[in-house]
Amino acid sequence: MKYKSQKVAYWFFALSMLLFTLQLVYGFIMGFAHAGMDGLHQWIPFNTAKAVHLNLLVVWLLSGFMGAAYYIIPEEAQRELVSVKLAYVQLISLALVGVAAIVGFHMNIWEGRKFLEIPRPLDFLVVVNVLLFLGIILLTLFKGKRQTTTALVLSMGLFFAALLYLPGMLPFDSQVLDSFFRWWVVHLWVEGVWELIMGGILSFLLIKLTGVDREVIEKWLYVIVGLTFLSGVLGTGHHYYYIGVNKIWLIVGGIFSALEPLAFLAMALFAVNMYRKGEKKHPNKLALYWTLGAAIVSFVGAGLLGFAHTLPQTNLYTHGTLVTAMHGHLAFWGAYAMIVLAIISYSLPNMTGRKRYDSSLGRMAFWFSNIGIIGMTVAFGVAGVAQVYMERKMKIPFMEVQQEIEVHFWVLIICATLFSTGITMYIIDFIKHGQPTDEALESN
Amino acid sequence: MLSKKQARAFFLIGTLVTFLAFIALTVYSLGESQDQSHAENISPSVVRGKNLWDSNNCMGCHTLFGEGGYYAPELTKVIDRRGKGYIKAILMSPVPWEPNGRKMVAYKFTNEQADDLINFFEWIGHVDLNGFDRVVSPLAKDKINN
Repeated sequence: MKYKSQKVAYWFFALSMLLFTLQLVYGFIMGFAHAGMDGLHQWIPFNTAKAVHLNLLVVWLLSGFMGAAYYIIPEEAQRELVSVKLAYVQLISLALVGVAAIVGFHMNIWEGRKFLEIPRPLDFLVVVNVLLFLGIILLTLFKGKRQTTTALVLSMGLFFAALLYLPGMLPFDSQVLDSFFRWWVVHLWVEGVWELIMGGILSFLLIKLTGVDREVIEKWLYVIVGLTFLSGVLGTGHHYYYIGVNKIWLIVGGIFSALEPLAFLAMALFAVNMYRKGEKKHPNKLALYWTLGAAIVSFVGAGLLGFAHTLPQTNLYTHGTLVTAMHGHLAFWGAYAMIVLAIISYSLPNMTGRKRYDSSLGRMAFWFSNIGIIGMTVAFGVAGVAQVYMERKMKIPFMEVQQEIEVHFWVLIICATLFSTGITMYIIDFIKHGQPTDEALESN
Repeated sequence: MLSKKQARAFFLIGTLVTFLAFIALTVYSLGESQDQSHAENISPSVVRGKNLWDSNNCMGCHTLFGEGGYYAPELTKVIDRRGKGYIKAILMSPVPWEPNGRKMVAYKFTNEQADDLINFFEWIGHVDLNGFDRVVSPLAKDKINN
């Protein structure tokens, strides 16, 4: 039995796809600027493009997580959402806040703190929006017939993500403190509570797609999120090596962030093992691709490539270079973008009734985007390593080095074109599913 | 074999312990006696400079302490590297600054605003960054070798 209110999720996913598309456009603007073609500078200078690129990423992922929660929670709690109307109000207000922020970035209205560029007055609207969202989700969960571990972990992730937004709103006179608490938001989101959200969605998908017993999957979910926090919380220290705070973080951050790949490794092994163990083979092959892909690529992008520059001895040279961009792109893609695309691929046929379970367009979308982003990661990596050696070892001035590595941005642009082709295919497939219907949801 | 209850206990206890350790380390490292930033030198002018830095999203292109965009130079030791006069000229320039063809927005800062930003950079330049300041400053090449 499915629930009619689940179709709210479709519109959050649609907003996600729209914002994702825009994010790619701004990514290209930045790529071309790095390659020496900044013809749009007068209207969209690099810092505008960067703020838009980063914030669209955050908002489309959050919109995807919210859509995932609106889809998963009714099914897990076995009841309709407490208010569909309020969920739509929340969707519209989220879109409005996002649009206002992005328009502001083009008018030099922002906070100028990486990832948290949204100006403070809008921050308060974000808080109201997220409180409304949490209210709907948590009330539905606790009024529901059951509270599953999957639903609790997902809700806990969403709740703490909201709570951790607050340290980013504190004003500081010192750049050191400002940076210190900015990481409470950014790091503890992406290497902490967002992994709860990812884990919750992953667990839901594995239960549905593999047919493995819920108790087994949820037991391992606890182990994985346990490992995530055990390493990730004190792993925040890797952002504190060189920002003007005590050396103790070199030791603490070094040790615990070296353990961070373990959580991602556990997640990848968990997903693959559950798939192997599962007797039920769900016909939705595309959802399975994206689900297993998320678990595996997040291990490579977030786990391995993070580890590649997390030790203080290495980070001393790579900190603040394109090596970070290399890790960042594959990590966000694997851990968060792919899991959102996985839940969309799973839920879309259920909401619309069009069982495009294994379309060639969908398969091509998966491979094009993944091969494209791996190429992008390599391009960033080569540019980053070259930058480190020339700038940090040979002491060649910044701008001379930038000219030397321009060629890698052409490689980046070619790979990003392949990636964007894949995403375009995914979106065409999304549109081909049509809109959600009550009949489709009832017939599941 | 691990039970679900044990797995939950591992998650809850592990999380609680690491969070408490994190808070304790935060309190310790931000204590006055551990200050590496010379917080006493943060004058009203430095604060105004920081506000200008934030409100114009300078971090969107430049880096400070290695954090920000990777499009324009690291500015942690910029005063040592370039001198105040050069920086002031860029900040007050009425046309976009174009070093090696890469453009910077012409912010047209006033004399006072440029001074505030320079004071901010000067304060930044004296923060003890556990060795990173020597790596990002080309002038420090000889210091590293010694």
